[in-house]
Amino acid sequence: MKLEIKDAPGQLVAALKPISEVGGNIIAVIHQRDEKQRGGFLSVQIVLELPENRLKDLTRLIREQGVNIQRIGHERLLYQKAVMVIGHLIHTDLGDTVDRIDRTGFAEVTELNISMPAISQVSSARLLIKSVNKEDMEQAMAILRRVAKEKEFLLVEPLEEVE
Amino acid sequence: MRVALLGMGSVGRGVLQMIGEKDLGITVTAVADSRSALIDRDGISIEEVLAAKARNGFCGDKAISAMDVVTGSAYDVLVEVTPTNATTGEPALTHMLCALERGRHVVTSNKGPISREFSRLREIAVEKGIQLRYEATVGGAIPIMHTLEQGLAGNRVLAIFGVLNGTCNFILTRMAAEGLTYEQALLEAREMGYAEADPTYDVKGIDPAIKLVILANTFCSHSVSLEDVDITGIDRLTNDALRLAEEQQCTIRLIAEAIPDRGILRVAPRLLPLSHPLVVEGTLNAITIETDMAGEITLIGKGAGSVETASAIIGDLLYIRDTHAGRHSKTA
Ligand SMILES: NC(=O)c1ccc[n+]([C@@H]2O[C@H](COP(=O)([O-])OP(=O)(O)OC[C@H]3O[C@@H](n4cnc5c(N)ncnc54)[C@H](OP(=O)(O)O)[C@@H]3O)[C@@H](O)[C@H]2O)c1
Repeated sequence: MKLEIKDAPGQLVAALKPISEVGGNIIAVIHQRDEKQRGGFLSVQIVLELPENRLKDLTRLIREQGVNIQRIGHERLLYQKAVMVIGHLIHTDLGDTVDRIDRTGFAEVTELNISMPAISQVSSARLLIKSVNKEDMEQAMAILRRVAKEKEFLLVEPLEEVE
Repeated sequence: MRVALLGMGSVGRGVLQMIGEKDLGITVTAVADSRSALIDRDGISIEEVLAAKARNGFCGDKAISAMDVVTGSAYDVLVEVTPTNATTGEPALTHMLCALERGRHVVTSNKGPISREFSRLREIAVEKGIQLRYEATVGGAIPIMHTLEQGLAGNRVLAIFGVLNGTCNFILTRMAAEGLTYEQALLEAREMGYAEADPTYDVKGIDPAIKLVILANTFCSHSVSLEDVDITGIDRLTNDALRLAEEQQCTIRLIAEAIPDRGILRVAPRLLPLSHPLVVEGTLNAITIETDMAGEITLIGKGAGSVETASAIIGDLLYIRDTHAGRHSKTA
């Protein structure tokens, strides 16, 4: 994210404060003092990790501080999505199910929580999938939907608002 | 305003009771159940007909039928609250078509004809310059139609998300709260009278899909049918899945979703944060609408019940009274 803020004391702090409020994690703050800015504006680039769906809140909070956002670089955001999968996960090669996502190279299953009752019964699992951007996440989800259909899993996806 | 009422079940009796108790300017000139009917152009006594129904199991004269009421009695609005047939829409479809052809307004809670034959019914209503209203078909007491049509007039609907089936929501709530299995929670829903003897329509997601079709046809496009909805029910969910969701401050709800721009029409169990406005408890319903001007609005309320459903029907009746004041009221 690249922020344009007023060159006045306290402005940088005002811009950073909302990030922790929405549970974000600041990775780097880069000042660009040498760049010529109109009317005494100072440009600061902030690289950060954000929990899912909090970008709207964050931009609103930052703007409320009187800080002007120049550009939002989505590619720097880490996308993650938790999904639930129910079915005969073990009998249908769980390793393969996970690998179908991992071997894309652009998305991976970073957490797997599984609950297995009796041998013949279906098991339930929570998968955390991460990707670099939204498009990759959508492709990963499409793969998962195909796998779910093929292996007769019930796939429970998160509900997301339209943007 | 004169009203003829078909169906004296839970909803029909609720409507009669409220018309009887409140001074709404509504006169009931005919009622019918499956076996009998009663017609009085000067207004029937609501107390008496409710008592007769309770006493005898039928409401009036067995020589008169519901169709006699539709075609032969004097009324301004037909209130159609007979049972839903999701396949043919009958007998309600015929009742409604006859009333509309006669130039009479129709108010209904019956999802069958509205989801099956919406464009046909609507065309006749438009042609005759009369009202076809069906607030009670979706979300029970929640005034979703009024909210979108009047309150949000001029807005473009970007998305609709809804918890539209109280039975499923009750089952999911109980599975999450008590760790019940799906079968145990379904059994409990039956014992509480929330689930039918054959719960297929609810738990397979067909009932909420029918309601989604009604919403989509009204607010998104006019030519959607049940076959266009991608439907997954709740009957394969496990309490383990709900527990795993809860570990992440999430839960699972059966969500009906329409996003017109992306061609999405879907009913499926979905993961939602516990703090999400659509995560309502028990048999409640909830609907989030997202429009271009207003942004997001969520309505929460009782999705069924005698008086609750009557509330939606009476809302429709009074809307017609106020917008078509005196249109037919002086004809004998
Ligand atoms: N209950 C709710 O909370 C609720 C909520 C929203 C929508 N709805 C819808 O509202 C409608 C009515 O529901 P309900 O719960 O009141 O149903 P219900 O209790 O089963 O009552 C249905 C009534 O319709 C009568 N009937 C059946 N066939 C008829 C016919 N051919 N002509 C005239 N009357 C006929 C029945 O007569 P008998 O009394 O002689 O059997 C009964 O009085 C249904 O379409 C339902 O899907 C219900």
